[in-house]
Amino acid sequence: MASADDQYDPTPSDDELEAHLQTRNMVVNLGPSHPATHGTVRLRIELDGETIVSMDPEIGFLHRGFQKSCENVTWTQVLPYTDRLDYVASLANNFGYLSAVESLMGIEIPERAKYIRVIGAELHRIASHLTTIGASGLELGGFSAFLYAIEARELLTDRVTELTGARLTTSYGRIGGMNRDLPAGWEEKVLKSLIKLEELLDETDKLLTRNRIFTDRMRGTGVITTEDALDFGFTGPCIRANGVNYDVRKAKPYWAYDQLDFSVPLGNNGDNFDRFYLRVLETHQSLKIIRQCFKQMPGGPVMIDDWRIAMPPKENVYSSIEGVIAHFKLVMEGVPVPVGEIYHATESPNGELGWYLKSDGSGRPYKCHVRAPGFQILSGLAKMCVGRMLPDLIPTFDTINMIGGEVEQ
Amino acid sequence: MSTFALDQIQNQLPEALVERYVDRAGDAWGVIKPDQIPHVAKLLKERLGFRMFISMDGVDRLHLPPEEQDPRFEVVYFLRNVERNELARLKVRVNEGVEVHSIRSVFQGANWAERFVWDFYGVSFKGHGDLRRMLTYEEFKGHALRKDYPLRGRQGLIAERPIKDIFRGPGTNGVAE
Repeated sequence: MASADDQYDPTPSDDELEAHLQTRNMVVNLGPSHPATHGTVRLRIELDGETIVSMDPEIGFLHRGFQKSCENVTWTQVLPYTDRLDYVASLANNFGYLSAVESLMGIEIPERAKYIRVIGAELHRIASHLTTIGASGLELGGFSAFLYAIEARELLTDRVTELTGARLTTSYGRIGGMNRDLPAGWEEKVLKSLIKLEELLDETDKLLTRNRIFTDRMRGTGVITTEDALDFGFTGPCIRANGVNYDVRKAKPYWAYDQLDFSVPLGNNGDNFDRFYLRVLETHQSLKIIRQCFKQMPGGPVMIDDWRIAMPPKENVYSSIEGVIAHFKLVMEGVPVPVGEIYHATESPNGELGWYLKSDGSGRPYKCHVRAPGFQILSGLAKMCVGRMLPDLIPTFDTINMIGGEVEQ
Repeated sequence: MSTFALDQIQNQLPEALVERYVDRAGDAWGVIKPDQIPHVAKLLKERLGFRMFISMDGVDRLHLPPEEQDPRFEVVYFLRNVERNELARLKVRVNEGVEVHSIRSVFQGANWAERFVWDFYGVSFKGHGDLRRMLTYEEFKGHALRKDYPLRGRQGLIAERPIKDIFRGPGTNGVAE
Protein backbone atom coordinates (compact mmCIF):
# COMPACT_ATOMS: atom_id res chain seq x y z
CA MET A 1 0.00 0.00 0.00
CA ALA A 2 2.08 2.94 -1.10
CA SER A 3 0.86 6.24 0.32
CA ALA A 4 1.06 9.49 -1.55
CA ASP A 5 4.28 10.82 0.04
CA ASP A 6 6.36 7.67 -0.42
CA GLN A 7 9.34 8.17 -2.70
CA TYR A 8 9.90 4.48 -3.32
CA ASP A 9 7.15 2.62 -5.15
CA PRO A 10 7.56 -1.09 -4.40
CA THR A 11 5.30 -2.19 -7.25
CA PRO A 12 7.70 -3.63 -9.77
CA SER A 13 7.52 -2.41 -13.36
CA ASP A 14 7.01 -4.80 -16.21
CA ASP A 15 10.57 -4.53 -17.43
CA GLU A 16 12.01 -5.88 -14.18
CA LEU A 17 9.82 -8.92 -14.13
CA GLU A 18 10.05 -10.09 -17.68
CA ALA A 19 12.98 -12.10 -18.81
CA HIS A 20 14.39 -10.92 -22.09
CA LEU A 21 13.12 -13.40 -24.57
CA GLN A 22 14.89 -13.93 -27.83
CA THR A 23 12.33 -15.24 -30.21
CA ARG A 24 13.01 -16.93 -33.44
CA ASN A 25 10.56 -17.60 -36.18
CA MET A 26 9.51 -21.18 -36.49
CA VAL A 27 9.52 -22.93 -39.82
CA VAL A 28 6.97 -25.69 -40.15
CA ASN A 29 5.91 -27.93 -42.97
CA LEU A 30 2.24 -28.19 -43.79
CA GLY A 31 3.54 -31.20 -45.57
CA PRO A 32 2.54 -32.93 -48.73
CA SER A 33 0.27 -35.30 -46.87
CA HIS A 34 -1.85 -33.49 -44.36
CA PRO A 35 -5.42 -34.16 -43.29
CA ALA A 36 -6.46 -30.54 -43.74
CA THR A 37 -5.08 -29.86 -47.18
CA HIS A 38 -6.59 -31.19 -50.36
CA GLY A 39 -4.07 -32.65 -52.66
CA THR A 40 -0.37 -32.98 -52.21
CA VAL A 41 1.11 -29.56 -51.64
CA ARG A 42 4.01 -28.81 -49.37
CA LEU A 43 3.61 -25.43 -47.71
CA ARG A 44 6.77 -24.30 -46.02
CA ILE A 45 5.49 -21.76 -43.53
CA GLU A 46 7.53 -19.45 -41.37
CA LEU A 47 5.60 -18.57 -38.26
CA ASP A 48 5.91 -15.83 -35.69
CA GLY A 49 3.56 -17.12 -33.04
CA GLU A 50 0.47 -17.79 -35.09
CA THR A 51 1.14 -15.21 -37.74
CA ILE A 52 2.44 -16.42 -41.05
CA VAL A 53 5.52 -14.43 -41.90
CA SER A 54 6.24 -16.11 -45.18
CA MET A 55 4.92 -19.05 -47.10
CA ASP A 56 6.38 -21.02 -49.94
CA PRO A 57 4.18 -23.62 -51.62
CA GLU A 58 6.06 -26.47 -53.24
CA ILE A 59 4.16 -28.59 -55.73
CA GLY A 60 5.07 -31.37 -58.07
CA PHE A 61 4.22 -34.40 -55.99
CA LEU A 62 1.50 -35.43 -58.41
CA HIS A 63 3.23 -34.53 -61.64
CA ARG A 64 2.59 -37.42 -64.01
CA GLY A 65 3.93 -36.06 -67.25
CA PHE A 66 0.60 -35.24 -68.87
CA GLN A 67 2.02 -33.07 -71.60
CA LYS A 68 4.82 -35.45 -72.51
CA SER A 69 2.38 -38.37 -72.66
CA CYS A 70 -0.01 -36.42 -74.84
CA GLU A 71 2.73 -35.65 -77.33
CA ASN A 72 3.23 -39.35 -77.86
CA VAL A 73 -0.29 -40.62 -78.46
CA THR A 74 -3.00 -39.79 -80.97
CA TRP A 75 -5.56 -37.07 -80.40
CA THR A 76 -8.23 -39.56 -79.35
CA GLN A 77 -5.90 -41.35 -76.99
CA VAL A 78 -5.32 -38.11 -75.08
CA LEU A 79 -8.89 -38.29 -73.79
CA PRO A 80 -8.28 -40.70 -70.87
CA TYR A 81 -5.35 -38.53 -69.77
CA THR A 82 -7.67 -35.56 -69.52
CA ASP A 83 -9.98 -37.37 -67.09
CA ARG A 84 -7.22 -37.39 -64.60
CA LEU A 85 -6.56 -33.69 -64.63
CA ASP A 86 -9.40 -32.30 -62.54
CA TYR A 87 -10.47 -35.66 -61.25
CA VAL A 88 -13.47 -34.33 -59.36
CA ALA A 89 -15.06 -32.94 -62.52
CA SER A 90 -13.66 -35.13 -65.24
CA LEU A 91 -16.46 -34.55 -67.74
CA ALA A 92 -15.56 -30.87 -67.75
CA ASN A 93 -11.99 -31.73 -68.68
CA ASN A 94 -13.02 -34.23 -71.33
CA PHE A 95 -15.42 -31.89 -73.03
CA GLY A 96 -13.07 -28.94 -72.74
CA TYR A 97 -10.34 -30.84 -74.55
CA LEU A 98 -12.70 -32.15 -77.20
CA SER A 99 -14.08 -28.68 -77.85
CA ALA A 100 -10.57 -27.33 -78.24
CA VAL A 101 -9.69 -30.00 -80.81
CA GLU A 102 -12.95 -29.41 -82.65
CA SER A 103 -12.25 -25.68 -82.78
CA LEU A 104 -8.79 -26.39 -84.13
CA MET A 105 -10.28 -28.60 -86.81
CA GLY A 106 -13.10 -26.19 -87.49
CA ILE A 107 -15.88 -28.76 -87.22
CA GLU A 108 -19.31 -28.41 -85.63
CA ILE A 109 -20.86 -31.09 -83.50
CA PRO A 110 -24.58 -31.94 -83.70
CA GLU A 111 -27.06 -29.99 -81.53
CA ARG A 112 -27.92 -32.95 -79.39
CA ALA A 113 -24.27 -33.55 -78.60
CA LYS A 114 -23.93 -29.94 -77.47
CA TYR A 115 -26.81 -30.31 -75.03
CA ILE A 116 -25.43 -33.58 -73.70
CA ARG A 117 -22.09 -31.88 -73.12
CA VAL A 118 -23.80 -29.09 -71.22
CA ILE A 119 -25.64 -31.59 -69.06
CA GLY A 120 -22.49 -33.56 -68.33
CA ALA A 121 -20.44 -30.48 -67.54
CA GLU A 122 -23.12 -29.05 -65.27
CA LEU A 123 -23.55 -32.35 -63.43
CA HIS A 124 -19.87 -32.36 -62.67
CA ARG A 125 -19.94 -28.70 -61.78
CA ILE A 126 -22.51 -29.56 -59.14
CA ALA A 127 -20.38 -32.48 -57.97
CA SER A 128 -17.27 -30.34 -57.67
CA HIS A 129 -19.07 -27.54 -55.86
CA LEU A 130 -20.68 -30.01 -53.47
CA THR A 131 -17.26 -31.37 -52.62
CA THR A 132 -15.91 -27.89 -51.91
CA ILE A 133 -18.97 -26.86 -49.92
CA GLY A 134 -18.87 -30.01 -47.83
CA ALA A 135 -15.14 -29.85 -47.38
CA SER A 136 -15.43 -26.27 -46.10
CA GLY A 137 -17.53 -27.64 -43.30
CA LEU A 138 -15.18 -30.56 -42.83
CA GLU A 139 -12.03 -28.48 -42.50
CA LEU A 140 -13.61 -26.32 -39.84
CA GLY A 141 -14.81 -29.28 -37.85
CA GLY A 142 -18.34 -29.92 -39.10
CA PHE A 143 -18.12 -33.45 -40.35
CA SER A 144 -21.86 -33.97 -40.89
CA ALA A 145 -22.19 -31.23 -43.47
CA PHE A 146 -19.49 -32.95 -45.49
CA LEU A 147 -21.34 -36.25 -45.37
CA TYR A 148 -24.58 -34.70 -46.60
CA ALA A 149 -22.73 -33.08 -49.47
CA ILE A 150 -20.98 -36.32 -50.35
CA GLU A 151 -24.27 -38.22 -50.22
CA ALA A 152 -25.63 -35.75 -52.73
CA ARG A 153 -22.51 -36.18 -54.84
CA GLU A 154 -22.93 -39.96 -54.72
CA LEU A 155 -26.31 -39.60 -56.38
CA LEU A 156 -24.64 -37.75 -59.21
CA THR A 157 -21.80 -40.22 -59.41
CA ASP A 158 -24.33 -43.01 -59.84
CA ARG A 159 -25.97 -41.14 -62.68
CA VAL A 160 -22.64 -40.44 -64.32
CA THR A 161 -21.73 -44.10 -63.98
CA GLU A 162 -24.90 -45.04 -65.80
CA LEU A 163 -24.01 -42.56 -68.50
CA THR A 164 -20.34 -43.19 -69.03
CA GLY A 165 -19.52 -46.45 -67.31
CA ALA A 166 -17.10 -45.10 -64.74
CA ARG A 167 -17.39 -43.13 -61.54
CA LEU A 168 -14.36 -40.95 -61.88
CA THR A 169 -12.43 -41.46 -65.07
CA THR A 170 -15.24 -40.96 -67.49
CA SER A 171 -13.57 -40.54 -70.91
CA TYR A 172 -16.94 -39.63 -72.35
CA GLY A 173 -17.26 -38.00 -75.71
CA ARG A 174 -15.17 -38.17 -78.84
CA ILE A 175 -13.82 -35.67 -81.31
CA GLY A 176 -16.90 -34.79 -83.31
CA GLY A 177 -19.57 -35.44 -80.72
CA MET A 178 -20.40 -38.12 -78.19
CA ASN A 179 -19.66 -41.79 -78.51
CA ARG A 180 -22.95 -42.93 -76.98
CA ASP A 181 -26.31 -41.32 -76.59
CA LEU A 182 -28.04 -41.03 -73.22
CA PRO A 183 -29.21 -44.36 -71.79
CA ALA A 184 -32.94 -45.12 -71.82
CA GLY A 185 -34.70 -43.82 -68.76
CA TRP A 186 -31.70 -41.77 -67.66
CA GLU A 187 -33.43 -38.45 -67.99
CA GLU A 188 -36.17 -39.31 -65.47
CA LYS A 189 -33.61 -40.74 -63.06
CA VAL A 190 -31.53 -37.61 -63.24
CA LEU A 191 -34.51 -35.34 -62.66
CA LYS A 192 -35.52 -37.38 -59.62
CA SER A 193 -31.94 -37.34 -58.33
CA LEU A 194 -31.84 -33.59 -58.72
CA ILE A 195 -34.89 -33.24 -56.47
CA LYS A 196 -33.22 -35.30 -53.77
CA LEU A 197 -29.99 -33.42 -54.36
CA GLU A 198 -31.68 -30.10 -53.82
CA GLU A 199 -32.99 -31.30 -50.46
CA LEU A 200 -29.51 -32.41 -49.38
CA LEU A 201 -27.99 -29.18 -50.63
CA ASP A 202 -30.52 -27.23 -48.60
CA GLU A 203 -29.67 -29.23 -45.50
CA THR A 204 -25.97 -28.59 -45.97
CA ASP A 205 -26.70 -24.95 -46.61
CA LYS A 206 -28.76 -24.70 -43.43
CA LEU A 207 -25.99 -26.28 -41.42
CA LEU A 208 -23.30 -23.96 -42.67
CA THR A 209 -24.32 -20.66 -44.19
CA ARG A 210 -25.84 -19.00 -41.16
CA ASN A 211 -23.80 -20.90 -38.65
CA ARG A 212 -22.12 -18.39 -36.38
CA ILE A 213 -18.95 -20.40 -35.92
CA PHE A 214 -18.67 -21.04 -39.63
CA THR A 215 -19.19 -17.45 -40.68
CA ASP A 216 -16.83 -16.12 -38.04
CA ARG A 217 -14.06 -18.21 -39.45
CA MET A 218 -14.89 -17.64 -43.08
CA ARG A 219 -15.84 -13.98 -43.25
CA GLY A 220 -12.91 -11.67 -43.64
CA THR A 221 -10.33 -14.43 -43.97
CA GLY A 222 -8.36 -15.20 -47.08
CA VAL A 223 -9.09 -11.79 -48.53
CA ILE A 224 -7.47 -10.81 -51.79
CA THR A 225 -7.86 -7.53 -53.62
CA THR A 226 -9.28 -7.52 -57.12
CA GLU A 227 -6.05 -6.10 -58.51
CA ASP A 228 -4.02 -8.93 -57.10
CA ALA A 229 -6.56 -11.52 -58.09
CA LEU A 230 -6.47 -10.40 -61.72
CA ASP A 231 -2.70 -10.17 -61.60
CA PHE A 232 -2.35 -13.75 -60.48
CA GLY A 233 -4.88 -15.00 -62.98
CA PHE A 234 -7.74 -16.03 -60.74
CA THR A 235 -10.76 -17.18 -62.70
CA GLY A 236 -14.02 -18.85 -61.85
CA PRO A 237 -15.59 -18.58 -58.39
CA CYS A 238 -12.40 -17.08 -56.97
CA ILE A 239 -12.53 -14.00 -59.19
CA ARG A 240 -16.32 -13.74 -59.13
CA ALA A 241 -16.10 -13.53 -55.35
CA ASN A 242 -14.31 -10.24 -55.91
CA GLY A 243 -17.12 -8.95 -58.05
CA VAL A 244 -15.47 -9.32 -61.44
CA ASN A 245 -18.12 -10.60 -63.80
CA TYR A 246 -16.11 -13.03 -65.86
CA ASP A 247 -17.57 -16.39 -66.77
CA VAL A 248 -16.46 -18.08 -69.97
CA ARG A 249 -19.97 -19.43 -70.48
CA LYS A 250 -21.23 -15.88 -70.85
CA ALA A 251 -18.14 -14.21 -72.27
CA LYS A 252 -17.57 -16.64 -75.14
CA PRO A 253 -20.55 -18.99 -75.17
CA TYR A 254 -19.88 -22.47 -76.42
CA TRP A 255 -22.04 -25.58 -76.86
CA ALA A 256 -25.61 -24.61 -76.04
CA TYR A 257 -25.00 -21.96 -73.37
CA ASP A 258 -26.19 -19.09 -75.51
CA GLN A 259 -29.63 -20.69 -75.70
CA LEU A 260 -29.95 -21.29 -71.98
CA ASP A 261 -31.17 -18.89 -69.36
CA PHE A 262 -29.00 -18.74 -66.26
CA SER A 263 -27.37 -16.07 -64.18
CA VAL A 264 -23.86 -15.82 -62.81
CA PRO A 265 -23.72 -14.97 -59.11
CA LEU A 266 -21.13 -12.44 -57.95
CA GLY A 267 -19.60 -11.79 -54.58
CA ASN A 268 -18.21 -8.54 -53.31
CA ASN A 269 -15.64 -9.16 -50.61
CA GLY A 270 -13.19 -11.61 -52.05
CA ASP A 271 -13.04 -13.52 -48.80
CA ASN A 272 -13.57 -17.18 -48.03
CA PHE A 273 -17.24 -16.86 -47.28
CA ASP A 274 -17.98 -15.29 -50.63
CA ARG A 275 -16.09 -18.04 -52.45
CA PHE A 276 -18.03 -20.62 -50.47
CA TYR A 277 -21.47 -19.12 -50.86
CA LEU A 278 -20.90 -18.37 -54.53
CA ARG A 279 -20.52 -22.08 -55.09
CA VAL A 280 -23.83 -22.76 -53.35
CA LEU A 281 -25.55 -20.24 -55.62
CA GLU A 282 -23.82 -21.61 -58.70
CA THR A 283 -25.06 -25.08 -57.83
CA HIS A 284 -28.62 -23.79 -57.89
CA GLN A 285 -27.97 -22.22 -61.28
CA SER A 286 -26.56 -25.47 -62.59
CA LEU A 287 -29.69 -27.29 -61.50
CA LYS A 288 -31.71 -24.77 -63.48
CA ILE A 289 -29.50 -25.28 -66.52
CA ILE A 290 -29.82 -29.06 -66.44
CA ARG A 291 -33.58 -28.92 -66.22
CA GLN A 292 -33.76 -26.51 -69.15
CA CYS A 293 -31.47 -28.71 -71.18
CA PHE A 294 -33.67 -31.73 -70.76
CA LYS A 295 -36.65 -29.73 -71.95
CA GLN A 296 -34.92 -28.11 -74.90
CA MET A 297 -32.75 -30.95 -76.11
CA PRO A 298 -33.50 -32.00 -79.68
CA GLY A 299 -33.34 -35.54 -80.95
CA GLY A 300 -30.99 -36.58 -83.66
CA PRO A 301 -27.46 -37.87 -84.05
CA VAL A 302 -24.87 -37.36 -81.39
CA MET A 303 -21.84 -37.78 -83.58
CA ILE A 304 -20.71 -35.94 -86.65
CA ASP A 305 -21.48 -37.78 -89.85
CA ASP A 306 -17.99 -37.74 -91.29
CA TRP A 307 -16.07 -40.99 -91.28
CA ARG A 308 -12.76 -39.24 -91.49
CA ILE A 309 -13.36 -38.00 -87.96
CA ALA A 310 -15.91 -40.32 -86.36
CA MET A 311 -15.64 -44.06 -86.24
CA PRO A 312 -18.02 -45.72 -88.71
CA PRO A 313 -20.64 -48.08 -87.29
CA LYS A 314 -19.38 -51.62 -86.92
CA GLU A 315 -21.78 -53.06 -89.50
CA ASN A 316 -20.20 -50.80 -92.10
CA VAL A 317 -16.71 -51.72 -91.00
CA TYR A 318 -17.45 -55.36 -91.58
CA SER A 319 -19.43 -55.00 -94.78
CA SER A 320 -18.14 -52.08 -96.85
CA ILE A 321 -14.69 -51.15 -98.07
CA GLU A 322 -15.16 -47.50 -97.10
CA GLY A 323 -15.91 -48.55 -93.57
CA VAL A 324 -12.81 -50.68 -93.36
CA ILE A 325 -10.58 -47.95 -94.73
CA ALA A 326 -12.09 -45.26 -92.50
CA HIS A 327 -11.72 -47.45 -89.44
CA PHE A 328 -8.15 -48.32 -90.34
CA LYS A 329 -7.11 -44.73 -90.90
CA LEU A 330 -8.71 -43.55 -87.71
CA VAL A 331 -7.12 -46.20 -85.59
CA MET A 332 -3.67 -46.22 -87.17
CA GLU A 333 -3.18 -42.60 -88.11
CA GLY A 334 -5.52 -40.78 -85.77
CA VAL A 335 -8.00 -38.02 -86.42
CA PRO A 336 -6.72 -35.69 -89.16
CA VAL A 337 -6.16 -32.47 -87.25
CA PRO A 338 -4.69 -29.88 -89.62
CA VAL A 339 -1.53 -27.91 -88.94
CA GLY A 340 -2.16 -24.96 -86.67
CA GLU A 341 -2.59 -23.81 -83.12
CA ILE A 342 -5.43 -22.61 -81.00
CA TYR A 343 -6.23 -21.38 -77.53
CA HIS A 344 -9.70 -22.48 -76.44
CA ALA A 345 -11.25 -22.09 -73.01
CA THR A 346 -14.25 -23.53 -71.23
CA GLU A 347 -15.60 -22.86 -67.76
CA SER A 348 -14.70 -25.72 -65.49
CA PRO A 349 -15.96 -25.66 -61.88
CA ASN A 350 -12.69 -24.12 -60.71
CA GLY A 351 -12.35 -21.46 -63.33
CA GLU A 352 -11.23 -21.03 -66.89
CA LEU A 353 -9.83 -24.28 -68.18
CA GLY A 354 -7.81 -23.26 -71.20
CA TRP A 355 -6.22 -25.47 -73.81
CA TYR A 356 -3.37 -24.36 -76.05
CA LEU A 357 -3.10 -27.02 -78.71
CA LYS A 358 -0.55 -27.07 -81.46
CA SER A 359 -0.77 -29.54 -84.29
CA ASP A 360 1.83 -30.40 -86.89
CA GLY A 361 -0.47 -32.42 -89.11
CA SER A 362 0.60 -35.86 -87.90
CA GLY A 363 -1.95 -37.77 -85.88
CA ARG A 364 -0.43 -36.68 -82.56
CA PRO A 365 -0.58 -33.41 -80.67
CA TYR A 366 2.62 -31.42 -80.98
CA LYS A 367 1.91 -29.47 -77.85
CA CYS A 368 -0.99 -29.83 -75.47
CA HIS A 369 -0.88 -27.14 -72.79
CA VAL A 370 -3.57 -27.14 -70.14
CA ARG A 371 -4.21 -23.84 -68.47
CA ALA A 372 -5.29 -25.25 -65.14
CA PRO A 373 -7.30 -22.75 -63.10
CA GLY A 374 -5.85 -24.17 -59.91
CA PHE A 375 -2.26 -23.43 -60.91
CA GLN A 376 -2.71 -19.68 -61.00
CA ILE A 377 -4.95 -19.64 -57.94
CA LEU A 378 -2.48 -21.66 -55.91
CA SER A 379 0.31 -19.29 -56.86
CA GLY A 380 -1.77 -16.55 -55.26
CA LEU A 381 -2.21 -18.47 -52.03
CA ALA A 382 0.86 -16.92 -50.46
CA LYS A 383 -0.59 -13.46 -51.08
CA MET A 384 -3.83 -14.43 -49.37
CA CYS A 385 -2.21 -15.91 -46.29
CA VAL A 386 0.98 -14.03 -45.49
CA GLY A 387 0.57 -11.66 -42.59
CA ARG A 388 -2.54 -13.42 -41.37
CA MET A 389 -3.03 -16.20 -38.88
CA LEU A 390 -2.24 -19.83 -39.47
CA PRO A 391 -5.78 -21.11 -38.78
CA ASP A 392 -7.05 -18.85 -41.55
CA LEU A 393 -4.93 -20.76 -44.00
CA ILE A 394 -7.07 -23.86 -43.67
CA PRO A 395 -10.41 -22.50 -44.92
CA THR A 396 -8.55 -20.46 -47.55
CA PHE A 397 -6.85 -23.52 -48.91
CA ASP A 398 -10.18 -25.24 -49.04
CA THR A 399 -12.26 -22.59 -50.76
CA ILE A 400 -9.78 -22.16 -53.59
CA ASN A 401 -10.47 -25.81 -54.43
CA MET A 402 -7.04 -26.74 -55.58
CA ILE A 403 -7.18 -30.09 -57.32
CA GLY A 404 -3.72 -31.65 -57.43
CA GLY A 405 -4.30 -33.36 -60.74
CA GLU A 406 -4.87 -30.24 -62.78
CA VAL A 407 -2.29 -28.07 -61.03
CA GLU A 408 0.46 -30.56 -61.52
CA GLN A 409 -0.68 -32.21 -64.71
CA MET B 1 -11.55 -11.42 -84.44
CA SER B 2 -10.52 -8.22 -82.80
CA THR B 3 -6.91 -7.17 -83.20
CA PHE B 4 -7.06 -4.25 -80.78
CA ALA B 5 -4.11 -5.38 -78.69
CA LEU B 6 -1.81 -6.01 -81.61
CA ASP B 7 -2.81 -2.80 -83.35
CA GLN B 8 -1.98 -0.83 -80.23
CA ILE B 9 1.36 -2.58 -79.83
CA GLN B 10 2.13 -1.83 -83.45
CA ASN B 11 1.29 1.82 -82.95
CA GLN B 12 2.98 2.41 -79.64
CA LEU B 13 5.89 -0.05 -79.54
CA PRO B 14 6.57 -0.86 -83.19
CA GLU B 15 10.16 -2.00 -82.60
CA ALA B 16 8.96 -4.72 -80.21
CA LEU B 17 6.79 -6.51 -82.75
CA VAL B 18 8.66 -8.97 -84.96
CA GLU B 19 5.70 -10.30 -86.90
CA ARG B 20 2.00 -10.79 -86.55
CA TYR B 21 -0.15 -13.45 -88.07
CA VAL B 22 -3.58 -14.99 -87.89
CA ASP B 23 -4.03 -18.63 -87.00
CA ARG B 24 -6.49 -21.21 -88.39
CA ALA B 25 -9.33 -20.14 -86.15
CA GLY B 26 -8.98 -16.49 -87.09
CA ASP B 27 -7.24 -15.36 -83.89
CA ALA B 28 -4.40 -12.89 -84.07
CA TRP B 29 -0.95 -13.65 -82.68
CA GLY B 30 1.97 -11.29 -82.21
CA VAL B 31 5.63 -12.31 -82.06
CA ILE B 32 7.58 -10.05 -79.71
CA LYS B 33 11.31 -9.61 -79.19
CA PRO B 34 12.61 -11.35 -76.04
CA ASP B 35 13.88 -8.18 -74.41
CA GLN B 36 10.78 -6.17 -75.20
CA ILE B 37 8.17 -8.45 -73.71
CA PRO B 38 8.06 -6.69 -70.30
CA HIS B 39 7.41 -3.36 -72.02
CA VAL B 40 4.66 -4.89 -74.12
CA ALA B 41 3.16 -6.57 -71.06
CA LYS B 42 3.28 -3.29 -69.16
CA LEU B 43 1.59 -1.50 -72.02
CA LEU B 44 -1.12 -4.11 -72.22
CA LYS B 45 -1.71 -4.19 -68.50
CA GLU B 46 -1.52 -0.56 -67.53
CA ARG B 47 -2.81 1.31 -70.50
CA LEU B 48 -4.92 -1.13 -72.47
CA GLY B 49 -6.68 -2.93 -69.66
CA PHE B 50 -5.36 -6.47 -70.20
CA ARG B 51 -5.12 -7.04 -66.49
CA MET B 52 -5.93 -10.72 -66.22
CA PHE B 53 -2.95 -13.00 -66.62
CA ILE B 54 -4.30 -16.16 -68.16
CA SER B 55 -1.35 -18.40 -68.86
CA MET B 56 2.13 -18.85 -70.20
CA ASP B 57 3.92 -21.87 -71.63
CA GLY B 58 6.72 -22.94 -73.90
CA VAL B 59 6.97 -24.96 -77.11
CA ASP B 60 10.03 -26.81 -78.41
CA ARG B 61 10.07 -26.58 -82.18
CA LEU B 62 12.70 -29.24 -82.76
CA HIS B 63 10.37 -31.64 -84.55
CA LEU B 64 8.64 -29.12 -86.76
CA PRO B 65 9.52 -28.71 -90.46
CA PRO B 66 13.01 -27.19 -90.92
CA GLU B 67 11.81 -23.71 -91.81
CA GLU B 68 10.15 -23.45 -88.41
CA GLN B 69 12.95 -24.83 -86.30
CA ASP B 70 14.97 -21.74 -85.71
CA PRO B 71 14.68 -20.21 -83.10
CA ARG B 72 14.11 -23.38 -81.19
CA PHE B 73 11.93 -22.33 -78.31
CA GLU B 74 8.72 -20.41 -78.33
CA VAL B 75 7.23 -18.94 -75.17
CA VAL B 76 3.53 -18.16 -75.51
CA TYR B 77 1.67 -15.65 -73.37
CA PHE B 78 -2.09 -15.21 -72.95
CA LEU B 79 -3.47 -12.05 -71.37
CA ARG B 80 -7.11 -11.17 -71.09
CA ASN B 81 -9.02 -7.90 -71.01
CA VAL B 82 -12.17 -8.60 -69.06
CA GLU B 83 -13.95 -5.35 -69.91
CA ARG B 84 -13.42 -5.64 -73.65
CA ASN B 85 -13.66 -9.44 -73.51
CA GLU B 86 -10.52 -9.98 -75.53
CA LEU B 87 -7.52 -12.24 -75.37
CA ALA B 88 -4.05 -11.06 -76.35
CA ARG B 89 -1.86 -13.86 -77.71
CA LEU B 90 1.86 -13.16 -77.73
CA LYS B 91 4.88 -15.22 -78.55
CA VAL B 92 8.58 -14.87 -77.98
CA ARG B 93 11.01 -16.99 -79.98
CA VAL B 94 14.46 -17.72 -78.57
CA ASN B 95 17.26 -20.10 -79.14
CA GLU B 96 18.96 -22.06 -76.45
CA GLY B 97 20.94 -19.87 -74.12
CA VAL B 98 19.13 -16.64 -74.95
CA GLU B 99 17.27 -15.19 -72.02
CA VAL B 100 13.76 -13.85 -72.20
CA HIS B 101 13.12 -10.86 -69.98
CA SER B 102 10.81 -11.74 -67.15
CA ILE B 103 7.36 -10.22 -66.81
CA ARG B 104 7.14 -11.13 -63.15
CA SER B 105 7.41 -7.47 -62.21
CA VAL B 106 4.35 -6.73 -64.33
CA PHE B 107 2.17 -9.77 -63.58
CA GLN B 108 2.62 -11.63 -60.32
CA GLY B 109 0.97 -14.66 -61.87
CA ALA B 110 3.93 -15.06 -64.21
CA ASN B 111 6.11 -16.17 -61.29
CA TRP B 112 5.10 -19.80 -61.36
CA ALA B 113 4.50 -19.91 -65.10
CA GLU B 114 8.06 -18.77 -65.83
CA ARG B 115 9.43 -21.29 -63.38
CA PHE B 116 7.43 -23.93 -65.24
CA VAL B 117 8.94 -22.92 -68.60
CA TRP B 118 12.43 -22.91 -67.07
CA ASP B 119 11.86 -26.32 -65.49
CA PHE B 120 10.52 -28.04 -68.58
CA TYR B 121 12.22 -26.21 -71.44
CA GLY B 122 15.32 -24.60 -70.04
CA VAL B 123 14.41 -21.10 -71.18
CA SER B 124 15.68 -18.78 -68.52
CA PHE B 125 14.05 -15.51 -67.59
CA LYS B 126 16.17 -12.49 -66.84
CA GLY B 127 15.06 -10.54 -63.83
CA HIS B 128 12.81 -13.20 -62.35
CA GLY B 129 14.87 -13.43 -59.20
CA ASP B 130 13.77 -16.84 -57.99
CA LEU B 131 14.06 -19.13 -60.99
CA ARG B 132 13.96 -22.63 -59.61
CA ARG B 133 12.25 -25.75 -60.81
CA MET B 134 8.50 -25.88 -60.48
CA LEU B 135 7.14 -29.39 -60.76
CA THR B 136 10.28 -31.51 -60.78
CA TYR B 137 12.75 -31.73 -57.94
CA GLU B 138 15.86 -29.59 -57.69
CA GLU B 139 18.30 -32.37 -58.50
CA PHE B 140 16.49 -33.32 -61.73
CA LYS B 141 18.84 -33.24 -64.66
CA GLY B 142 17.69 -32.02 -68.01
CA HIS B 143 14.55 -30.33 -69.17
CA ALA B 144 11.71 -32.77 -69.44
CA LEU B 145 9.42 -31.41 -72.15
CA ARG B 146 12.14 -30.83 -74.69
CA LYS B 147 11.68 -33.01 -77.72
CA ASP B 148 15.10 -34.60 -77.25
CA TYR B 149 14.35 -35.68 -73.68
CA PRO B 150 13.23 -39.31 -73.95
CA LEU B 151 9.65 -40.20 -73.11
CA ARG B 152 10.78 -42.82 -70.65
CA GLY B 153 13.91 -41.07 -69.47
CA ARG B 154 15.15 -42.20 -66.11
CA GLN B 155 16.98 -40.10 -63.58
CA GLY B 156 19.72 -41.28 -61.26
CA LEU B 157 19.28 -41.70 -57.55
CA ILE B 158 19.90 -38.54 -55.58
CA ALA B 159 21.45 -38.12 -52.17
CA GLU B 160 19.20 -37.36 -49.22
CA ARG B 161 19.06 -33.69 -48.46
CA PRO B 162 20.19 -32.42 -45.06
CA ILE B 163 17.24 -30.40 -43.79
CA LYS B 164 18.38 -27.64 -41.51
CA ASP B 165 15.50 -25.24 -41.76
CA ILE B 166 12.64 -27.24 -40.31
CA PHE B 167 11.84 -26.99 -36.61
CA ARG B 168 11.85 -30.49 -35.25
CA GLY B 169 10.50 -29.86 -31.78
CA PRO B 170 11.90 -28.99 -28.38
CA GLY B 171 15.39 -30.21 -27.56
CA THR B 172 16.56 -30.37 -31.13
CA ASN B 173 17.84 -26.83 -31.40
CA GLY B 174 20.90 -26.82 -33.60
CA VAL B 175 20.52 -30.37 -34.83
CA ALA B 176 21.14 -30.39 -38.56
CA GLU B 177 19.55 -33.67 -39.56
